[in-house]
Amino acid sequence: METKTIQTHHVPVRYFEGGKGEPLVFLHGAGGVTAQDPFLAKLAETHRVYAPLLPGYGDSEECGELRDMLDITLHTWDVVEALGLKDPILAGHSMGGMIAAEMAAVAPNDVSRLGLICPAGLWLDEHPIPDIFAMLPYELPAVLFHDVEAGTALMTAGVALDDPEWLKGFLVQNARQLGMAGKILFPVPDRGLSERLYRVKAKTVLIWGDGDKLIVPAYAHAWKKAIAQAELVSVPEAGHMITLEKTEHVAKAIAKLG
Amino acid sequence: MKFTWFNLMPWPYLPDDFREKHRSVWVDIDSRLFDPAKAHEVYNSYMDMLEYAGTLGFDGIGVNEHHQNGYGIMPSPNIIAAGLARRTSDVGLVVLGNSIALYNPPVRVAEEFAMLDCISGGRLVAGFPVGTSMDTNYCYGQIPALTREKYQEAHDLIRRAWSDPDPFAFNGRYNKLRHVNIWPRPIQDPPPIHIPGGGSVETYDFCIDNTYSYSYLSFSGYIRAKALMQGYWDRVAARNTPDESPYRAGFAQTICVADTDEEAERLYSEHVSYFYNRCLHVYGGFADAPGYRTIKTIQTGALSQYAPPIGGYSELTWKDLTEQGHVIAGSPETVRQRMEDLIKSLNVGNIFCLLHVGNMPMDKCMHSTKLFAEKVMPHLRNMFPDYKDDNRFWCKPLDKQVKPGSLPAEKEIAAMVGGKD
Repeated sequence: METKTIQTHHVPVRYFEGGKGEPLVFLHGAGGVTAQDPFLAKLAETHRVYAPLLPGYGDSEECGELRDMLDITLHTWDVVEALGLKDPILAGHSMGGMIAAEMAAVAPNDVSRLGLICPAGLWLDEHPIPDIFAMLPYELPAVLFHDVEAGTALMTAGVALDDPEWLKGFLVQNARQLGMAGKILFPVPDRGLSERLYRVKAKTVLIWGDGDKLIVPAYAHAWKKAIAQAELVSVPEAGHMITLEKTEHVAKAIAKLG
Repeated sequence: MKFTWFNLMPWPYLPDDFREKHRSVWVDIDSRLFDPAKAHEVYNSYMDMLEYAGTLGFDGIGVNEHHQNGYGIMPSPNIIAAGLARRTSDVGLVVLGNSIALYNPPVRVAEEFAMLDCISGGRLVAGFPVGTSMDTNYCYGQIPALTREKYQEAHDLIRRAWSDPDPFAFNGRYNKLRHVNIWPRPIQDPPPIHIPGGGSVETYDFCIDNTYSYSYLSFSGYIRAKALMQGYWDRVAARNTPDESPYRAGFAQTICVADTDEEAERLYSEHVSYFYNRCLHVYGGFADAPGYRTIKTIQTGALSQYAPPIGGYSELTWKDLTEQGHVIAGSPETVRQRMEDLIKSLNVGNIFCLLHVGNMPMDKCMHSTKLFAEKVMPHLRNMFPDYKDDNRFWCKPLDKQVKPGSLPAEKEIAAMVGGKD
């Protein structure tokens, strides 16, 4: 994937681009995404993939003007527009799924294909979503991965907690990335989306890991209920980081959109 | 010097195995550890203690705001301050402070502080903390990355609500108010304002720009605080601030006084241990919501520099805690010397004296407090003769204060009614 930058109304936006096929915009989750992400590579085998970073993610510029759900939704539409795309396949993981669904609800005639990979954005009182903002790094793999051991190995690669410089860098990155994510996810990741989902007209695929411990599969059913035409693809032995744990399954489900 | 007797109001009944059985004293502390009937006694004895301190010559008695917190059972310091206003006279009421971003709308703070100032006859010293991440983000749900902007707006609104004589419209991002016109208004114009900070340059500047006093409310003592306070004074100098008055700064210090150093350890070490082991047992995940600190603050390395000691407080013995200055303890002479060192090295004119520690019973607390007031404080009074007339950062009470109990005797009413006949 190539790393590029495009100017939008508010801020220059960093994005990764690569592959051949139908244009597909992928919106990352709260953990971010890199140019080396295997899921992007997989999608790029069949699609022209555009993966913009939310401001503050990776090395991209922060944007104080983006404060709430509407700001971020419209900003992401600005990104699509700046990329010169019209009705691309819109896909998102977790927080990215929440943004993609908002975009489809706000502009239902501009999104005909929507891929939602265990999206955030709904809240069920009987299934409170664990507070990722109050977790220490070592606690995350248990809620993010089906295979916790493999997930831990993945998350701790390159980690040097005893190096003050590394730690400072880590804290800065957290503040930039999760600080931004917190604007729509903190303290409860519900910004009223459930009341707007009726507007979504897109052909929609919902993809969920059976072993998702962050946003448990009960949410998949709530989403399916909210978007009448949605098709649910359940993936066994996958947690919330399903794009890493079951890369091929997710790519195959997305391919249903064309 | 201005000395404030400051009470955090810790819950004194945390069990011995609190650290082992519970992950945090704050945010998700087990509510079953709280006993409302015992709290009746705890609140009243703490208020008695604050009132007692008010009779011993302290300049102020101080309270603060925490939420869902086992070492600070004071979600509303204004309620406590209102009680104190009635039962004290002369002494400053230091409310340090109200976390102004948490009040909806923040004119509530302008109103309540105005009430306190009026009830107390102009004795309010006001504090406007941003609030800790535990209180502000995790307990009260404020979005971390927007907290400071919301705080700033709340500040601007409160200041204008106090000073603008006419009703005004306030079109803020977080507050839309068509008719701001608070009633009552404070006696002081405005009350002196102290800002608790944790080492961010933005807060240094905010204090310098507004002539607010910068307070560092730490539990790790004056020796570890030097870097932070020096950062503040460097900034004061760099900004060409007209003066370097020590009253531009304040510091909180845990203090225990006894007749001798040995006696201090014997009397107080278990309570100090209770505080540093149980009360400061905060789950790391609640320490700092991402986005709460500015990038600039993290990049200065402030967090590691001012963080609790490696391994936490629980490893520290009485000897460690006193030698490293977390706690200043000992005979009046020992405490005087160390306080002098503190005051000089940090250049602070406001001291928030944490003389009640952890689960210290009231008799010991009175003993320590009285010794400090009588045998330590008088020797520290004149540390900054050049600035003895600097009253910008302290309350200015009315000359004539009314006392509670001003109603006429019932027989006078009978006479008045009779007189009409």
